[in-house]
This record gives sequence, C-alpha cells and structure tokens, in this order.
Amino acid sequence: MTTNHITSVRIKSLPVLDQDEALDFYSTHLGFEVRDDIDLGFMRWLTIALPGGEQLLLELVGGPQHDESTAAQVRDLVTKGAMGGLFLVSDDVHATYAALRDAGVEISQEPVEQPYGVDFGVRDPFGNHIRISQPNEAPQEVIQERYDAAKA
Amino acid sequence: MQLSPREDLNRRMLRARDEMDRRYAEPLDVPTLAAIAHLSASQFGRVFKEVYGETPHRYLQRRRVERAMTLLRQTDRPVTEVAWDVGFASLGTFSRTFSTVVGCSPSEFRARHAPVHVPSCFIAAWTRPRESASGTVVSEKRTGPDAG
Repeated sequence: MTTNHITSVRIKSLPVLDQDEALDFYSTHLGFEVRDDIDLGFMRWLTIALPGGEQLLLELVGGPQHDESTAAQVRDLVTKGAMGGLFLVSDDVHATYAALRDAGVEISQEPVEQPYGVDFGVRDPFGNHIRISQPNEAPQEVIQERYDAAKA
Repeated sequence: MQLSPREDLNRRMLRARDEMDRRYAEPLDVPTLAAIAHLSASQFGRVFKEVYGETPHRYLQRRRVERAMTLLRQTDRPVTEVAWDVGFASLGTFSRTFSTVVGCSPSEFRARHAPVHVPSCFIAAWTRPRESASGTVVSEKRTGPDAG
C-alpha cells in the first residue's frame, strides 16, 4: 500500500445548476451553513457544511473546464437524477421527514425501516438525490444477526 | 433557475419516475404519471423512453424484480407473499417474470444469495436487473381492489 499522510475528506463537490437556489435549499431545508462564499472572478467559491461536517462545494455546472456540449451533458444527467448522491444523518428522521414534506420539498421515498435504521429520500431542486437516515447505532455484527434472524 | 426545455422535461420525468419507485406495488397508472410530468397519457410512454431508454412498464418491471430480490435475500417471507408485496397478481406470473429477468427461480435466487449490509438505495440501484435474459418483457397487468 502507498504510504501517505491523508487524514480526512475536506470538500466534496456537488453539481448544481444555480448557486443561489442551491444555497437557499440546502440552508433553509437541510440546515447547512455557509463556510466560504468568495468571488474569485473566474468562479464563485461557495462551500457549505453542517456544524462539524465536511464541506460541500456547490459547484455550478458550466464553467470553462467543460465545453458547451459537455456542460449540456452534465446538466442533462443532473436533471435526470443520474448524478451522485448525498447521505445525511438525522437524530429524528420522522420529524425531519415531516418538516421537509410540509415545506414542499420533493420527496423521492417515504421513511422505510431498514436493518441499519430508518431512512428516506429527497431531491434537491436540480435532481440530485439526497438520502436522510437515522442509524440505529447497532454494530455491524448485530445488524448481520438481524438479517440472519429474518432469514432463518 | 433557467432550465432548457430538455432539462425541464428531465426534471418532470424524474418526478414521475420517483413516483413509480414509491408506488411500485401498485398498477402502472399512466394518467397519474403523465399528469406529474405535465404530459398527456399518450405522450408519456414515448417521452419516458426518450429520457430513460426504456418504457415505463419495463422500468416498473425491473423495479419490482429488484424489490423482490431484496425481500428474498433479506427476509424469510414466503415467495408468494413476496410476489404480492412487489405488485404481482399471481405467483405464476411472478415466477415466470423473475426467472426471465434474473435467470433463475425466486427460490433458487434466495438459496444462493446472502443478505447484504449497505444503504438500501445502493442495493436498489445496483441490483436492479438491466434486462431479461431473452430481452422480452413479460406482460403484467394487475387490477382490482386488492392491488397495491
């Protein structure tokens, strides 16, 4: 294995089609806070995070790193729901679900009991998939036992 | 946010597809799905195939089989109940569809596959069969008060 000194993930890029709308959605509905909002001239460096969490770069699709055709393809994939995903944790997943539903957030799946906890899905305004779960904190061995018990 | 007509259509079709994912055990309700996508019922199937490369019926069939695979792998529910749970009207149709799509019977699949421990959305995305072994689509129509 390569020897390295990497210790953590710092920033993850999330493709968005409008940074203001993305910031409004992720802050209003999901509790993210702005970490950096800097006009670099060539781009708006906009990162958000949950308290204590890693940063998300709300990266506008269509910068000069992509030609027009490639940018159109990426936008096509985002709006089809084919790009990436974000996994969040809630300490009361049913309350989170009710709040987001009542706020009119696009729900892709209602809460479902899983061996590892309860989770549900939403979409951001652009089509990115977001999964919100409340893990049951069971260690992997216990989760495996639950699967085995259900199957026995 | 400015979306091109194509991107706007994608978003509307994604909402309809999410509805299919949620209501997979219910009969395919094209008028409702078309309304979600702001299309006519006659347009919906053609546009869905343009965006996602398969018919709505085909997509629903793969979704149901994927859910059946999960239930077979992770529970001890009888095969008949699994068939009903995912929206099939009869065990015969379910078994035939499952075997066509997966390449083995539901019971054989259960015997060969252990439970997996990853978030359900990954299981759904990565275990959904791409296409049937024969490339055919098995007809499945379910109606009546017991549907869903």
